[in-house]
Amino acid sequence: MSVIVLAEHAQGSFKKKAFEAIQYASGIAQTLGTSVTAVVLGTASEAALQQLGAYGAQKVLHVSDARLDNLNSRAYTKALIAAAEKEGAKVIIATHDVTGRAVAPRVAARLKAGLIAGAVSHPDTSKGFVIKKNVFAGKGIAYLNITSDVKVVTLMPNTFPVKKGEGTAAVEALSVSFDDKDFGVTVKEVNKVTGAVPLAEAELVVSGGRGMKGPENWGVLEDLAGSLGAALACSRPVADSHWRPHHEHVGQTGGTIRPNLYIAVGISGAIQHLAGVNSSKTIVVINKDPEAPFFKAADYGIIGDALEVVPKLTAAVKKFKESQN
Amino acid sequence: MKILVCISQVPDTTTKIAFSDNNTVFNTQGVTFIINPYDEWYSLVRALELKEAGVATAVNLVTVGKADVEPVIRKALALGGDEAIRIDADSNDPYVIASEIAAYAKSENYDLVLCGKETIDYNNGAVGPMLAELLDMNFIGFATKVDVAGGVATVTREIEGGEEVDSSALPLVISCQKGVAEARIPNMRGIMAARTKPLKVVASANVAPLSTIVSYDLPPAKTGVKMFTAEDMDALVSALHTDAKVI
Ligand SMILES: Cc1cc2nc3c(=O)[nH]c(=O)nc-3n(C[C@H](O)[C@H](O)[C@H](O)COP(=O)(O)OP(=O)(O)OC[C@H]3O[C@@H](n4cnc5c(N)ncnc54)[C@H](O)[C@@H]3O)c2cc1C
Repeated sequence: MSVIVLAEHAQGSFKKKAFEAIQYASGIAQTLGTSVTAVVLGTASEAALQQLGAYGAQKVLHVSDARLDNLNSRAYTKALIAAAEKEGAKVIIATHDVTGRAVAPRVAARLKAGLIAGAVSHPDTSKGFVIKKNVFAGKGIAYLNITSDVKVVTLMPNTFPVKKGEGTAAVEALSVSFDDKDFGVTVKEVNKVTGAVPLAEAELVVSGGRGMKGPENWGVLEDLAGSLGAALACSRPVADSHWRPHHEHVGQTGGTIRPNLYIAVGISGAIQHLAGVNSSKTIVVINKDPEAPFFKAADYGIIGDALEVVPKLTAAVKKFKESQN
Repeated sequence: MKILVCISQVPDTTTKIAFSDNNTVFNTQGVTFIINPYDEWYSLVRALELKEAGVATAVNLVTVGKADVEPVIRKALALGGDEAIRIDADSNDPYVIASEIAAYAKSENYDLVLCGKETIDYNNGAVGPMLAELLDMNFIGFATKVDVAGGVATVTREIEGGEEVDSSALPLVISCQKGVAEARIPNMRGIMAARTKPLKVVASANVAPLSTIVSYDLPPAKTGVKMFTAEDMDALVSALHTDAKVI
C-alpha cells in the first residue's frame, strides 16, 4: 500500500504545485499509516528527484523515458498504473491542471477507481473518503465520497501552503514497456508565452476591464503588475476588442484562475467574469462606480478612476517593497 | 468521418444556486437549464463546421439524462447535427456518464468524439479523458483549435504557460475550450428542422457509481468589502501584507 503522486516538472525542474501535491499526499499517507511514492515521468536529474523527500516523498519512481517530456495521456496513464501496481497504491494524487486533468480520469477509468476532480480539502476518513470541491463554477461546494477501493484525486493548485522539511527520497528507476500506440499524439510545435508570469500559474494577478477605456492605458496596469511580480489578465470585452491577447481573458468563456491576489480594475464583476476568478483568495476591486457588482465579491475596494488610483497603488507597492529590502 | 458531440444539460450561468433536503439535493426549482456552454459554443459548432466543410459526414449528439433533458438536446439539434441520442440514465459521477456513453459509442465507430473542457455544474472535466480510456482512443485536452484532414487531426491545446500544436491519427477524443469556434444562434429553419430530427432513446447500461455527493454547501459569504480611498494606498498595501498575507 502507499499513496502515489504524479509530480509534474519541466526537465527536472519542479514547481510549487508538485510540492503541494506531494505534501497533500503525505497528509493522506499519515492518516492511512502508509508512505508516499512520487512518480516522475521524463528527463530529470537524480539530485532534483531526491529533493522531493523534503516535501514528504519517501520514494521516487522515475520513468526516465525522454518521450515522456511531453504529455501523452496514454503513456502517462500506463506509467502511473505501472507505478500504482508496483506500490499497491490505494490512493493516486495528481494536480488539477492541464496534465493532471488529462491523465487522472484515464487512470481512474482504467482502474475503475472513483475520482474527485479539483479537491480543496484533505479527505475526511471518518466517514469514508470525503473530500470538498467547488461546484457550479464556484457558486457551490460539494462533499464527495469515493466508494471504490482505489481512489484518484486531483488537487486544486494553490490550495495549501507548502513547507519544505528535511530528508531526501530514495530514487528508483521504473521501466515501463511502451508501444507506439502510447505515443499516438505527436507534438508539432510548442509556443510558450515568454517573459511575463504565465497566468494560470500566477499567485498575483492584475486584471483590466472595459473601464480602462483602451489599450493605450494598459501601461499603468503593467507598472502595477511589474511592481508586484504579477501576471496580467482581462475581461472578455477587452480581449474581444483586441486590446489584449485572448489568452489573458478570464471568466466562464476564458481561463479559470485561483491566485492569492486578484486586482480587478475597471471590471464590472458580471457573473460570467466572476465564474473564472471567484476562487481567488483575496480580491481587490478598483471601480469608479460604487454600485459595481464586483464590490460584493471583493475583500478590499477603492472607488475611483483607474488612471488616478492605479499609479498611487503602484507607488505604495514600490515603497513597501523597498522597505522590505 | 463520423463525429460524436457530448452534450450536457447544466443550470444557466446566472442561476442562483440553492440546496434542499438538508443540503443533500441541488434544488432545481425555478432553475433554467441550458446546454453546457463549452459543449455548445465550441465542440458542437466546430463539429458542424467540419460537416459544412465536407470533412465530416455525420454529426451525432449524445447526452446522458432522463426525459427532462430533452428540451435542451432539441435545442442542440436546432443548431445542427443529424441525430441525437439520449441515454436513459441519471448520475453526477463522471465514471457513470463516460461508461454510459462508451457503452453506446463502442459499436458506432465514431472517428472523432468532442466534449467541452468541463461542465459548469460539477466542473470535473473528466468525461472526455475517461471516454478516451474506455474507447481505447487518443485524447487531447483543452483544445483551442481543431482541424482534420486526411484522417489526421491537428489540434492546438493549452499547456503550462503557452500552447502546443499536436497531431494525432483518428479516432480521437478532444475536449474543447475557447478558440475552437464562435458561438452560433439557432435560426428558424434549424428550430423547425429539429422538431422532426431523430431523438433516439437508448437504455442505460446500469453502471454503478464510484463516487457520491454526500452534501452541498454554499461558499462562505464575503464578510464585507473593506473600502480604502485613493489617498490611502499605503494602508491597503499594509492590509494585503499583514491581514490577507498575499504580498
Ligand atoms: C455567455 C456569456 C459568457 C461570458 N463570458 C465572459 C468571460 O469569460 N469573461 C468576462 O469577463 N466576461 C464574460 N462575459 C461578459 C460579461 O457578462 C460582462 O459583459 C463582461 O465581464 C463585462 O466586462 P467589463 O466589466 O470589462 O466591462 P463593462 O461591463 O463595460 O464594465 C466596465 C466597468 O468599468 C467601470 N469603469 C468605467 N470607467 C472607469 C474608470 N475610469 N475607472 C474605474 N472604473 C471604470 C465601470 O463602472 C464598469 O463597472 C460573458 C457573457 C455572456 C453572455
